[in-house]
Amino acid sequence: MSQVTMTVNGKEMSGDAEGRTLLSQFLRETLGLTGTHVGCDTSQCGACVVHVDGVAVKACTMLAMEAEGSSVDTIEGQAAPDGTLNALQQAFQDHHGLQCGFCTPGMIMSAADLLKKNPQPTEAEVRHHLEGNICRCTGYHNIVKAILAASGQDVSSIAAE
Amino acid sequence: MYNFDFEKPSTIADAVSALGSEDAQALGGGQTLLPTMKQRLASPSKLVSLKGISEMQGICTADDGALCVGGSTSHADVAAGAGAYPGLAALAAGIGDPAVRARGTIGGSLANNDPSACYPAGALASGAILVTNTREIAADDYFQGMFTTALDEGEILTEVRFPVPEASNYQKFEQPASRFALVGVFVAKYAGGVRVAVTGASEEGVFRWTEAEAALSGNFSADAIADMAPGEDGMISDLHGTAAYRAHLVGVLTRRAVTAAA
Repeated sequence: MSQVTMTVNGKEMSGDAEGRTLLSQFLRETLGLTGTHVGCDTSQCGACVVHVDGVAVKACTMLAMEAEGSSVDTIEGQAAPDGTLNALQQAFQDHHGLQCGFCTPGMIMSAADLLKKNPQPTEAEVRHHLEGNICRCTGYHNIVKAILAASGQDVSSIAAE
Repeated sequence: MYNFDFEKPSTIADAVSALGSEDAQALGGGQTLLPTMKQRLASPSKLVSLKGISEMQGICTADDGALCVGGSTSHADVAAGAGAYPGLAALAAGIGDPAVRARGTIGGSLANNDPSACYPAGALASGAILVTNTREIAADDYFQGMFTTALDEGEILTEVRFPVPEASNYQKFEQPASRFALVGVFVAKYAGGVRVAVTGASEEGVFRWTEAEAALSGNFSADAIADMAPGEDGMISDLHGTAAYRAHLVGVLTRRAVTAAA
């Protein structure tokens, strides 16, 4: 065991980790931040997407020790401290962008990554960017709609399906 | 996965030294190695991350015009930064998904030499030079079959030098579940001739389709290789596609790549 320190959602946090401790495991089990979900543990599903130094990665396929000294952003850091949802989270609620909600933390973090690089994506670009995020409820239509809405685009012509 | 020691050196010399211990393994972005270790198909005693070595990061242009990519450069950085070689940038932009591209590295992919990976096709079709901590290896000598390369134990792929072609294109037919290349073909046209490299198809891993290269070097158009396909002997046959299907795809994708590049 050795101590790993990283800045998580703006706060410096430390905990013990083995070499094999995954970042997802460290966040959930050591730091208690269970918003980062582990769906497949094989880097297919994207429920565990977090940002490391500003870039979206799958936390189940990165070692905690690889994130030593990094800045990590998780779903817990997305809303304001008083609980006010950010634009993406609010759009997911407004447009019914979640059903069971299991994939949602990863969807939000991947979508935030996209909007940072491409503030006004097309529907095709949104769908392409979510290639590594799987929704088992198959609720993609409203997820895509919510992301387009959060980017400030008019989605009134996109039918709810 | 089984436990291991972890080191993250900041120089190539320190990495070479760390890799000297028994069963130590270099770690690039871990997008293949970590899933492999989770399945206990690999159990190194020590992982040596190459991500902290700044001299192995980034893209530059050499005096002879070749594009030099550091071994620890991520697929996302190649996709964004290899504008001088658009065919290679497009190949990098099509690997995995955005989160995988953010972590996975060119050196990791080429050192692993997965028979369905994209980079081996790009490197072989480009006649790239693979630079290690001890020597330079021509791509034609580097790839030695599925998951097998000319790298020695503990040798680190520090840089890849790509001669930039006049025209190039990579076509990938994705296996629908894994999105790896069921077959992928990279075509690169140089002043001295055309090179065609195929991934995903052969039981021997990435290979050059020399028959198509000869035809395309005389006439760089899809017509020059109309109805042409490599033999099905030695092609991979599995539930995703028969050997004959893969051989057929090689012809189809090569024609598409030539049309897109021309």
